[in-house]
Amino acid sequence: MLELVIQTENLSKSFGKTRAVDNVNLSIHSGEIYGLVGPDGAGKTTLMRLLCGALHMDNGKATIAGYDITNQAEHARQQIGYLAQRFAMYEELTVWENLQFFAEVRGLPSKEWVQRGKEILEFVGLEEFAGRRAGQLSGGMKQKLGLASALVHRPRILLLDEPTTGVDPVTRQGFWQLIIRVVAQENVTVLISTPYMDEASRCMRLGFMRQGKIFLEGKPRDLCAKLTQQIYELQGRPLQLLRQIAAKHAAVENVQMFGGRLHLRIKRGQAKTLGRLKSEIRSAGAIVDHLKPIDPQLEDVFIALVEK
Amino acid sequence: MSFETAMEIVIKAENLTKRFGDFTAVNSVSFSVQKGEILGYLGPNGSGKTTTIRMLLGLLTPSAGSIEVLGINVQQNPEPVRQQVGYMSQKFSLYHDMTVEENLAFYAGVYGIVNRQRINAVLEEIGLTEVKRSLVQNLSTGWRQRLALATSIIHQPPLLFLDEPTGGVDPAARRAFWDLIYQQVEQGVTALVTTHYMDEAEYCTRVGIMQSGRLLALDTPQGLKKSMASTTIWDIHATPLLPTLTRLEKHPNILLVRLASDHLSVITAKDMDKKSLEHIIEQGNSKCVQIEEAEPSLEDVFLTLAGNN
Repeated sequence: MLELVIQTENLSKSFGKTRAVDNVNLSIHSGEIYGLVGPDGAGKTTLMRLLCGALHMDNGKATIAGYDITNQAEHARQQIGYLAQRFAMYEELTVWENLQFFAEVRGLPSKEWVQRGKEILEFVGLEEFAGRRAGQLSGGMKQKLGLASALVHRPRILLLDEPTTGVDPVTRQGFWQLIIRVVAQENVTVLISTPYMDEASRCMRLGFMRQGKIFLEGKPRDLCAKLTQQIYELQGRPLQLLRQIAAKHAAVENVQMFGGRLHLRIKRGQAKTLGRLKSEIRSAGAIVDHLKPIDPQLEDVFIALVEK
Repeated sequence: MSFETAMEIVIKAENLTKRFGDFTAVNSVSFSVQKGEILGYLGPNGSGKTTTIRMLLGLLTPSAGSIEVLGINVQQNPEPVRQQVGYMSQKFSLYHDMTVEENLAFYAGVYGIVNRQRINAVLEEIGLTEVKRSLVQNLSTGWRQRLALATSIIHQPPLLFLDEPTGGVDPAARRAFWDLIYQQVEQGVTALVTTHYMDEAEYCTRVGIMQSGRLLALDTPQGLKKSMASTTIWDIHATPLLPTLTRLEKHPNILLVRLASDHLSVITAKDMDKKSLEHIIEQGNSKCVQIEEAEPSLEDVFLTLAGNN
């Protein structure tokens, strides 16, 4: 049995009348990459801040690598590296000086962090830029420095709050390769929040978050399996007419435009009545190129759940 | 009965180039957009997407090449172009201490629209009527994005530029926003949308991929996936998973590898067969559980085209 490194029970935090984190129960195992998906304001950031000790909970319980975050706060915090969405760095200090600052804040004596600092800069690919002022780094390099700073004290758990928001897929891919190496080589556990479904589909498990609650949790494969045989692609023309006819069909729960195609969500178990849809479309004088089941995506799952 | 309409070109760019000093931000880009299309524009940060839009809007003068927007030569006549296009930028400007209705009325005034009916019609069309008396500062990101879209269509432009319009909302809200875009398109509007979301790119009728100022590809999402014909996409289940990934990453015959939750997604050249791939994986201490070919995703296309920097 793998060790549980993040565990929460009914973790809650309110700001005034807003329940920012509402009875969240998490069990994350050592070596997992767990993704939190949800809109701005869903409570993802508050949840991470509770876990890293920057905020105090109102109710509930949380342990980090076995340490209670209320009663053993210092021990718990030592286990965590936190990369905030807008992480702070001193732009007028060099890369190396920034790293030194974060190491010393963490209470590491220089004999401990200097070697680690070199290792971690090499790891993120910034060793050549150790002497460059942080303000002169590109966006992607700043992100790497943020990651290096969060890792300098060898945490067992990495909390990454939307590290790749506003970042293109190529840069995102590079960042992910780094995260994976951290997990594989240092056995770090990762909790990452993201608005990107392509990124969510990389995580080993996901929690979908809304209004402070995790309303669905599971492996991407299992989440997608919930909609197996329920998503169909319809291609033909004219698209508007196809859309109108499909939306009226009894078996169709939802119709979405997808560029020059339509995606239909079919009510469970009713796919066999779709044959009639084709003939309805044709008798209306429109053309069907194809109507076929496709693999559900995480996005389909999220939308289907939110609509219910 | 024919559903085909005559093709009408809304944007026509030829050899469009923009240099800033020694730096070529946009390098000889040519494309045209037909009426009723939704053209997605993808590319890494700094690849020239926003510079291209600014030239199309007549806000920047090209160093070379020509642009026609709505049949107007933009360099010669930027003013009438701007009156006929709607622009929603990623950092749209709304007045936070004003209501939804007041913001919209303000933008209407900028375009010389004093007709209350038009303002009400747009509120209705974009689904803002229920929040029209709310202060912008009290609204969620999703509502603000809707309002920003409303302000960009108040003057009924036939062409819309949307620059990363849906950051910070969940897939359901993103989808709802796209339904609004489709609603505009059904009324004959043409849209050009930049995005970092691959799911959004799938919503577009055609997708252009930019890298270092060049337009590397421009096709339908299906067409782009077909362009991956010289490669094979593999779904690989192997143990231990992550060490396998970090090793494959360094292998010269592996073009790309990424984690896909419980397995790896790997791109190789077409001439790689299953046996050789299995051999590469098992050279380390990994054990292959299952290897099968998979369909390319738009992300695969993007990473393959734009990733080889």
